[in-house]
Amino acid sequence: MTATIFAQVAVGGLLMGLIYALVAAGLSLIFGLMDVVNFAHGELLMLAMYATFVVWLATGLDPLLLLIPVAFALFALGVAIYHLLMARALSVRFNRGMVQIFVTFGLAILLRGFAQFTFGSDFKSVSSSLLANRTIDLGGVFVPTPQLAAGIVSLLAFGALLVISRTEFGRALEATREDRDAVALIGIDRDRIFALGWGLGAAAVGIAGVMLATFYYVTPNVGANFALIAYVTVALGGFGSLFGALVAGLLIGQVEALTALLIEPSLKQVGMFAIYLAVLMFRPRGLFGTL
Amino acid sequence: METSITRRRRHELIIGATLLAVLALLPLPIHDVYTRNLIIITVLFAGLAQAWNVLGGYCGQISLSHALYFGVGAYVSTLLLTRAGIPPTVGMFAGGALGGLMALLVGWPCFRLSGHYYAIATVVVGEIGYLLALNWDWIGGATGINIPYVRSVGDSWLWLQFRIDKLPYHYAALAFAAVAWLVAWLIEGSRWGFVWRAVKDDPVAARSLAVRIFPSKMAAAAISGALTGIGGAIYAQYVGYIDPDSVLYGQLSILIPLPAVLGGVGTLWGPLVGAAVLIPLSELTRSYLGGSGRGVDLMIYGALIILVALARPQGLASLIGVRVRAPAGADDAAAA
Repeated sequence: MTATIFAQVAVGGLLMGLIYALVAAGLSLIFGLMDVVNFAHGELLMLAMYATFVVWLATGLDPLLLLIPVAFALFALGVAIYHLLMARALSVRFNRGMVQIFVTFGLAILLRGFAQFTFGSDFKSVSSSLLANRTIDLGGVFVPTPQLAAGIVSLLAFGALLVISRTEFGRALEATREDRDAVALIGIDRDRIFALGWGLGAAAVGIAGVMLATFYYVTPNVGANFALIAYVTVALGGFGSLFGALVAGLLIGQVEALTALLIEPSLKQVGMFAIYLAVLMFRPRGLFGTL
Repeated sequence: METSITRRRRHELIIGATLLAVLALLPLPIHDVYTRNLIIITVLFAGLAQAWNVLGGYCGQISLSHALYFGVGAYVSTLLLTRAGIPPTVGMFAGGALGGLMALLVGWPCFRLSGHYYAIATVVVGEIGYLLALNWDWIGGATGINIPYVRSVGDSWLWLQFRIDKLPYHYAALAFAAVAWLVAWLIEGSRWGFVWRAVKDDPVAARSLAVRIFPSKMAAAAISGALTGIGGAIYAQYVGYIDPDSVLYGQLSILIPLPAVLGGVGTLWGPLVGAAVLIPLSELTRSYLGGSGRGVDLMIYGALIILVALARPQGLASLIGVRVRAPAGADDAAAA
């Protein structure tokens, strides 16, 4: 086992980790804002992947061109989910915690059924794009271009999220997170902030979905596994922390890749889950969590 | 003079016994295999949801790893049968014991986490169990284990094996659900029940009254996990084949609490009502609409879950007059 193999695996883990981080960022944003774990998060990713696939199949447009439209579509979907379901789920008087878990779980089942109904349950993939079937040689380490582009786009999207968190809206978001009742006193419309939070969270996962679709197959159940990794990433980084999601995503990407290389490919997820549990023993609120 | 509480508890016991008698007679006039299977699965899930309710409802810990205890029970009793020739009626208690032990093992690290950190950690623990079972060849790996019909014994209650007859499995499932219900009933009246509800409603206040939080959660987990394990063992004998995708898969950890949550969490009747409504609806939509593989059944089931959760957050049981305790309710004060 040479250094090149390690470098190869590490780069692969790094790029996958960036995608994990972006999926987790959307989840973390929604959680931090209103204390809701979205159990349909993976299904949003799945819908974004299908949207990419369908438009690509119908028009031949390159997935890269679809980044912005799909992100906007998912933004709208996120806002709609908030207004139709979550606003109600947040206002119930009994077991609010369980109601939101099971409402988003019901939504996940519904969306999976919808995808199966609309697209069938067989594997689909975007077989040709500007990026497909190419590799770039980075000093002996060969990197497939779709993964490389996905990593770069994820980083850019993270940058965008950080910029947004510095704006007036971002500060309103932070204030709502700190005290959701007090913000009404200073003229912040809490409902609007929550809806935009859902929109942004869904848009983040939408971008991840488009990039993932360039090199990963799509099925109605594809979201489940990515969602599980996203929960682990968010809990490891600390609920509500964007920076935590990035660090945890990268860490998990590395652990997954190294477990597959050194121990056993079919146990790669056990490796990342074990690291997560080990960290949680020492930091019950994750690496950077304050909530 | 008897208090209103002892009277209410006696009424509950009478209603429970009547329901048990009705359920015991229910399948007798029904000979159609599909309907009998539907009833068995419904009764089994009523018991499983009640088992979850002990930890999730009364003690308020939203555990999403119950598939693990279910799977442990199923695998332990099955392996004892296939590897050591021990009858499943004995094996199911070993499965229950190990299911409870597993719940303690999961609880020990996880109970120091709170809220969503706890829920996510339990999801992950369950998933680790699933992945390990998938890769562990000695217990059948991804291929699973076929549960043999022991020919030398024939149809037997001790071996919990019946070649054609489904009725005995109905009674096995019913006995399981009745025990789970009785455990919940006993908990409601015991000191533990009050302590657990205090842990659920306000851990800080409970601790200030010298309630030991961690041991309380562990006790609830052990009982809940043990009952779930026994349910898993009965299920394994009933279906005759287990693999990680049928007894350990992640979604099962949500399907087990689902009847309890939608029926009425932390109540005696909620898991029963939830199972009676949800399981037949899910099975019927699947068999009438799911055959085409087009996902219509999933859409209806998902929409139904959303609808019930939003329209009846206190649970379906409230529709038939079951009073759902508001947080920090007056019941405790009256009883103390």
